[in-house]
Amino acid sequence: MPEAAIFQGLSWNPLTDLDRLVSYPFMVHALEAGTIVAFMAGVTGWFVVLRRQTFVGHTLSVIAFPGAAAATLAGLPLAVGYFGFCACGALALGGIGGSRRGLSAESASIGSLQALALALGFLFVSLYHGILSGLDSLLFGTFLGITSRQVLLLLVVAVATVSFVAVVARPLVFASVDADVARARGVPVRLLGLGFLLVLGLSVAETSQITGALLVFALLVTPAATAHELTSRPGLGIALSVGLALGVTWLGLALAYFSTYPVGFYVTSLSFALYVLVRLGRGAVGRRRATARFAPEVA
Amino acid sequence: MSRPGPAADGAAVTLDRAAVRLGGRTIWSHVSLTVARGDFVAVLGPNGAGKSTLVKALLGVLPVAAGTVSVLGREPGDANAAIGYLPQRRSFDAAARIRGVDLVQLGLDGDRWGIPIPGTRKRRQSSARVAEVIELVGATRYAREPIGELSGGEQQRLLIAQALVRRPSLLLLDEPLDSLDLPSQVSVAALVGEICRREQVAVLLVAHDINPILGYLDRVLYLAGGGAVEGTPEDVITSETLSRLYGAPIEVLRASDGRLVVVGQPEAPFVHGDRHA
Repeated sequence: MPEAAIFQGLSWNPLTDLDRLVSYPFMVHALEAGTIVAFMAGVTGWFVVLRRQTFVGHTLSVIAFPGAAAATLAGLPLAVGYFGFCACGALALGGIGGSRRGLSAESASIGSLQALALALGFLFVSLYHGILSGLDSLLFGTFLGITSRQVLLLLVVAVATVSFVAVVARPLVFASVDADVARARGVPVRLLGLGFLLVLGLSVAETSQITGALLVFALLVTPAATAHELTSRPGLGIALSVGLALGVTWLGLALAYFSTYPVGFYVTSLSFALYVLVRLGRGAVGRRRATARFAPEVA
Repeated sequence: MSRPGPAADGAAVTLDRAAVRLGGRTIWSHVSLTVARGDFVAVLGPNGAGKSTLVKALLGVLPVAAGTVSVLGREPGDANAAIGYLPQRRSFDAAARIRGVDLVQLGLDGDRWGIPIPGTRKRRQSSARVAEVIELVGATRYAREPIGELSGGEQQRLLIAQALVRRPSLLLLDEPLDSLDLPSQVSVAALVGEICRREQVAVLLVAHDINPILGYLDRVLYLAGGGAVEGTPEDVITSETLSRLYGAPIEVLRASDGRLVVVGQPEAPFVHGDRHA
């Protein structure tokens, strides 16, 4: 039983513990799924932070919740609900917004959509008179019971999405930071924005399946925001974002395995701690650099 | 409507009795202008006269309602690859985590699909071109810092580098001096004038204030009251010409240092060089 493994605790011998970590298929699947999800979230998240679409990302994650609840109610696989609702939500948000400026101006209508999604989720949950503990994992994530079929689905969606992002990466960065010039150069700014919303919807749907709908930001935004703090080089930033997301996912899964607390808690706390550390460190470096830059002009 | 006229040969921009309508309202009409390669032409006029509209019409973003417009001998919009465009005041706030050098690089190949492979000959060539154009605008010292942390003048130099990086035949600069401090206005104006001469680029610069660019200009296009006057600054910025254009008494004063002050425009208080007023 997985639960038995969880309560075994650490042996404090790294090799033994690593060995135990991968001794159950459910944990191997969790590590595989976590790796796929973290990679995808790291890539997408870097663009989310660059485009300042965290509010849209959050709305999509709230939409993921009724998706999962509806799937449970209809007796469908959870993934169907996650992907279906998030993709439709992304298209709806694309209809509301369009341009980047439009999206922030339309934040009121996006917020209303968010409230509706949350209400629908609770409606579906109460209509489904099943075990209520399921609600916890929908909202805060679980790594138990991931099947190899689910892992395969996650992999297919992640590969498709990341490949799409790789192909459009340069025009997408151009459209994100400098929409007017990009448009004049023939970059399809509006179409790219819509495409990216769909990517974001799929990423949220994937991430929800590990962290739960409410903790999606732990993988989708916090590692990316940390990477943006550390470097303003695009390539390096994306690599860092992926690296950090992978790191907190692996560590979070391992900690959850050896303790009684949920994986979402660990992943969120770890990425938040990293973000705070980097912000504090950068603040200190920034002050020192500012003084250094100012000093020669005085002398 | 907008076929390249016979005058298009060699000319960077030709407008012949052109008009633009927006939402049923005619912004301006009967505007004629020829900009040759190496010409530095300023587009002046009060707020709302349609200065940015002219730039957008040249880019093919807005349709021309009457007359003919040709840009680099082609229809507006067809020659955009050869145009360096700097839109009206873009500023990057402190949170903009992108470096100046990346922004210039995007100007070079930001519209290409796929990921560039580092270390290839093509990539090295494009990096060299980016470094060269950043050197040309004198921004090498701070090009690798996040753009949001730079001053307005430093950002503007990098944006001009971005507009120049593809060696355009035509530069469309929409208020590049707006909201810069006076020393930056003077140095950016000098930079544009020098690029215009040295690279033989046609420059169409939208400005609010003629004075920082007066020394570098070949001609001005003054838009007001739905029409326009084109000519040398000496011919256009006069009490008679502007009074006729506005249909109201306008007085042009020349300060002892050569600056021009326009008084009496029928809109909110606005004079050329009003920073000093």
